[in-house]
Order: sequence, then structure tokens, then C-alpha cells
Amino acid sequence: MNSKTILYILKRILLAILTVWVVITITFFVMRAVPGGPFMGEKAITAAAQAALEAKYGLDKPLMEQYFTYLKDIVTRFDFGPSLKQRGRMVIDIIADGMRTSAKLGLIAAFLALIVGVVLGALAALRRNKLVDKIIMVITTAFVSMPSFIIGSLLLVLFSIKLALLPANGTTSQGLILPIVTLALYPMAYITRLTRSSMLDVLGQDYIRTAKAKGVSSGKIIFGHALKNSLIPVITYFGPMLAYIVTGSLVVEQIFAVPGIGRQFVSSITNRDYPMIMGTTIVLACLIVIMNLVSDILYKVVDPRINLE
Amino acid sequence: MDRKFTLHVNVDAFLPATEAEKEYMVQMRPSSTFFRDGVKRLLKNRIATISLIVIILITLASVFIPMFWPYSYDNMLGVTPGKPVDASFNNLRPFEYGRSEQKRLEAGETVFPHILGTDSSGRDYFIRVVYGTRISLAVGFFASIIVLVIGMTLGSIAGYCGGKVDMIIMRIVDIIYSLPDMLMVILLASVLKTTLTPVIEGTAFEKIGSNIISLFIVFGVLYWVSMSRLIRGQILSLREQEYVLAAQAAGAKGSWIIRKHLLPNCISVVIISTALQIPNAIFTESFLSFLGLGVNAPMPSLGSLASDALNGISSYPYRLVIPAVVISLIVLSLNLFGDGLRDAFDPKLRT
Repeated sequence: MNSKTILYILKRILLAILTVWVVITITFFVMRAVPGGPFMGEKAITAAAQAALEAKYGLDKPLMEQYFTYLKDIVTRFDFGPSLKQRGRMVIDIIADGMRTSAKLGLIAAFLALIVGVVLGALAALRRNKLVDKIIMVITTAFVSMPSFIIGSLLLVLFSIKLALLPANGTTSQGLILPIVTLALYPMAYITRLTRSSMLDVLGQDYIRTAKAKGVSSGKIIFGHALKNSLIPVITYFGPMLAYIVTGSLVVEQIFAVPGIGRQFVSSITNRDYPMIMGTTIVLACLIVIMNLVSDILYKVVDPRINLE
Repeated sequence: MDRKFTLHVNVDAFLPATEAEKEYMVQMRPSSTFFRDGVKRLLKNRIATISLIVIILITLASVFIPMFWPYSYDNMLGVTPGKPVDASFNNLRPFEYGRSEQKRLEAGETVFPHILGTDSSGRDYFIRVVYGTRISLAVGFFASIIVLVIGMTLGSIAGYCGGKVDMIIMRIVDIIYSLPDMLMVILLASVLKTTLTPVIEGTAFEKIGSNIISLFIVFGVLYWVSMSRLIRGQILSLREQEYVLAAQAAGAKGSWIIRKHLLPNCISVVIISTALQIPNAIFTESFLSFLGLGVNAPMPSLGSLASDALNGISSYPYRLVIPAVVISLIVLSLNLFGDGLRDAFDPKLRT
């Protein structure tokens, strides 16, 4: 690594920290801008009770003081305060709870998408313009155009209701199959297309021709040269893929009743559980920002030819 | 053949041109403009043409069908003022009729059929799908226009002015670009909904609904960045062209140069990315509607129809499948058409 790379990495880390801070700040002030404050809509409460509640949650202090307390609590001990609707529970505990299921769901979906996508993409590139390639391209184009909630609902109709093969409820591990497939389909289709185009690009390079001319076996060319190099652009998709899986899980967990963080988030929006909305937004945003950072840096480190600007 | 050098002038070369020679110089093919070339290339692309036809058909259907359809999207057929609610109109299957309609049929009258039945509140489902398509298309279109206007303004200012202005705008772009967009959309939409409702009460905006307006605001705030990056890049390269220098030398002002010289030259890039923005906006709207943050009831959108259908999914799966198919068809054909546009109008990206 030369000094230019290190400078680039430092710059990216700085931007990531800045982004997280912007997210926290936007979230805080946007939530405080809601008229009536977080207790509006509760059953009629007396002015005294209202004041007591506000004092308890620190809402009576000046806005800037609240902001700095909030910021300090997050940075020093990941404390997003207590949930307003699930009495007696801390937001961070609810998030950690939901995260266990959601992380399992997301990671399996990501691996599935990656493996199937790379295999299909390589296959399509090697059989370019043949029937296999055309079928793969048509299917992936269709999947890229379908919102996740539609894929999910259609799978639900097909496999749980019409065929009654899989449970519609995502609380059991068998019930997680459909949500995982739903989440994996879009990134899989995207990775397939990405791998195909970069593989085609690599197959046209001089060093592939040289290897062929030297008499290297085609298996070695594909796995040793072509596939390895064509996977580099796929690294850049790691960040967007995580972002997709996070937002996708919001609806997928809703459809299949998976007790994950996405479902908590959606119900906290409906319940107007502000600390919960803020906490989840910030945690998920941090995850996405970090993943983007990692995949960007990895991309530049793996391929030294890439220009750092 | 050996040719001797001679100072004699060849007189034949100075004779008036014959008719045949004149004919030879006439341009047989009228000169073609860039735009006409592009359209020709676009129409040659069969996939793009079919997509365009699909989009036009869907748009025309969503505009004209509600004009003559006997039912409206918010008309609960079982509800007549002053009478108890007739529940026989709720949850009709395709081509079934409510009780009073059946009586009219037996009396020999003709009743317009409910092609797709009715929903759980007794509203004709076909017209709701048509109306939902209209809403989704309109939202996608206007959101893209907003993105276009903001992105174009800021991008061209950044590109043309350069220096400090450019740096400030681009740093803002960097930060917004790295924000997780969907989360911010959900956050802003969920908050704006409560904030906007009292503000727009009694104005013309009330009819559109606070959710749609907050969606537009969110789009305006978040999605202009990629458009402005694109335009800035274009302007940066165009700015160095000689004709800009010539215009400056002739005393043209900055805004004139941007409007008359720079923007027309990056118009194809702008059109293409706007076209590709529309399916993106439709996607986002349907996603928000699905989470209950989209259009206000009883107004339907394709996303909210799909979301409502989840409740009765085991008995009425077609209520989900139909909006799902329509939305996928719209997004797919817009994407394919956008790709076709790019291939036809952007010579640099053409392979």
C-alpha cells in the first residue's frame, strides 16, 4: 500500500464518520420537529402527568442539551434510551433481540445470492448468446424489476397457499426459507448480471488469449484467471446489497411475520415509538455506511490498477 | 504510363458542368439531425419499441378508462345514504353481482359487470387498479421532474462556477450520497406525514394528500445528488470547449452560457437518467405504500392495493397478483425503454 491508498482510506473513514453524525443529527431533529412531541396520541393525560413524563425522559430540557446528551449516550454506551411503547425495555435491547433473527436471515440470503449469482453469471458469460445465456438474462431482468414485497407476496401465495409446501409464518426455521429466498432473489439477479458483464470483459483481455496460446486448459483459464478477476466488481456491490437486504427485510419480515428488527421498525413507525425509530434508523444506517466503507476500501486494495480518484 | 510535366492548362477542366455532373453533386439523402438519428436507432431496437408501446397503452388506459367507467375508485357500492349497508357487495368475486344488482338483472336490466369483483368495502376492484396505476405513474413522473429540476440547477451551477461553490455543493452531494436512502425516506415520510397534515389543511394540496407531498419532498431532498453529479461532470467537460470561450469573449453572461450552450449539449444524458429515475420513484412509492406511508386512503396506489390484498390473501390471491403484475410490467418496460434510450441517444455509452 502506498501513501496515496492510505490517504484515500483515511478520507473515506472520515466521510463515513461524518455520514453517521449527519444521520444521528437529522434523525434527532426530525423527530423533535414532530408537533406535540412523542406523547401526543396517548390517552388523555393530565398536564401534571405529561410534565412528569417529559421530565422522566428529559424532554423538558433545552433542545441543544437534549441533543448533546443523546449524542453522548450513543457514542459512549450505545444507549438510545427506553422504548416508549414497550414499557420497561431499552431500545438497544429490542434492537439486539431482533438483530439475531434478522442477521441470520440477511447473512444466509447474502451468501445464497453471492454463490448462485456468480455461478449463473459465469455460466451466462461462457455460453454467451446461447439459449442458457438468454434464459438467465430474461429471468434476472424480471427479478430486477420486481419490488421485494411483490416477490415475497407471490412466493407466499404460491408456496404456502396454493401448494401448501412451506409455512407462511417465519417464526420456525422452516418458515425462514421463503423470506430468505425473497431477500436473495434481487441481489442474486444483480450479481448474475454484474458477473456476466465483467466476465465477458475479462475474457476479451490479452492475458486470457496468452494463456490460451500457451495451451493452458480451459478449466484453469476459467477458474484461475477469468473468474478470479471478474469477481472484483462484485465487491463494490457488497455495500448496496446490504442496504437492499436491510430495507428488503422491512417488508419481508412484515409479510412472513418474522420476529426481526425490520418488523420492529415498521411497527415502531405505526406506533410512533420515537426512540425506537431513531435507534433502529441509526443502527441500520451505521451498518450500511460501514459496509459501504469496507467494500469501497477492499475494492481499491484488491485491484491496484484502479484509480484512487 | 509516363506522364510528362507540362505548363499547358487543361482547358477541359474549366468547361461548365454538364447536367450529369450536376446531378452527381446533388445530395440524395436529406441531412439527418441528431434527434432523428436517435429516434431511428430507438425504433430499430425491438425490445425498446415494445416497452414504449406497453407504457403508452398503460398510460392511456389509466387516463381514459376512469372517464367512462360507471364505478369510481371510492364508491362503496353497498352503501346508500339512509339505508343499512348492503354487505352483499363486499368481497365479490370477478363477474359476481350484489343483491340489488341481481334483482335488476332478473328484471331484464343490464348491469355493468365487476370484472375483477369488489374489495372488502364493496368498491369495484378493476377501477381501483386502474386508478392506482394512474397514481403510481403520476407520482413516478412528477418525482422525476422534481429530481431533474433540482439536480440540473445545482449540478450546472457547481460545474460552471467551479471553485468554492463547486466544492461546497459537491461535499453536500457526497454526504447525501452516502446516506442510506431508503431509511431516510422512511424516516422523513413517517415524520412529514404528521407535520404536513395541519399545514396543508384547506389548501389545494390537501387533495393530493400529505403522504404524496412528503414523498415528493423526500425525493427532492435526497435523489437529486446523482443527477447533479452527472450534469456537473458533463458541464465540466463541455466548459472547456471553444464555443464557450467564444461566447464569453462575445460578452455572454454565465446563466446565458449555461442555458444556451451547456445544458442543450448534455440534454440526452439528462433525458436518459430522468427516464431511468421514473421506475425508481414508482418502486419507492409502492414500497412506502406497502409500509402504510404512501397515498392516503381511500386513494389507491399499486403498492397500497398489494398491501391491502395481504389481509385476504388466502381467499382472494388475484387481488395481490393483479397489482403486482401491473407494477412489475410498468417498472420492467420503463427500465428496458430507458436502456434503449441510452443506447440510441448516448453515442459514448453505445457498444
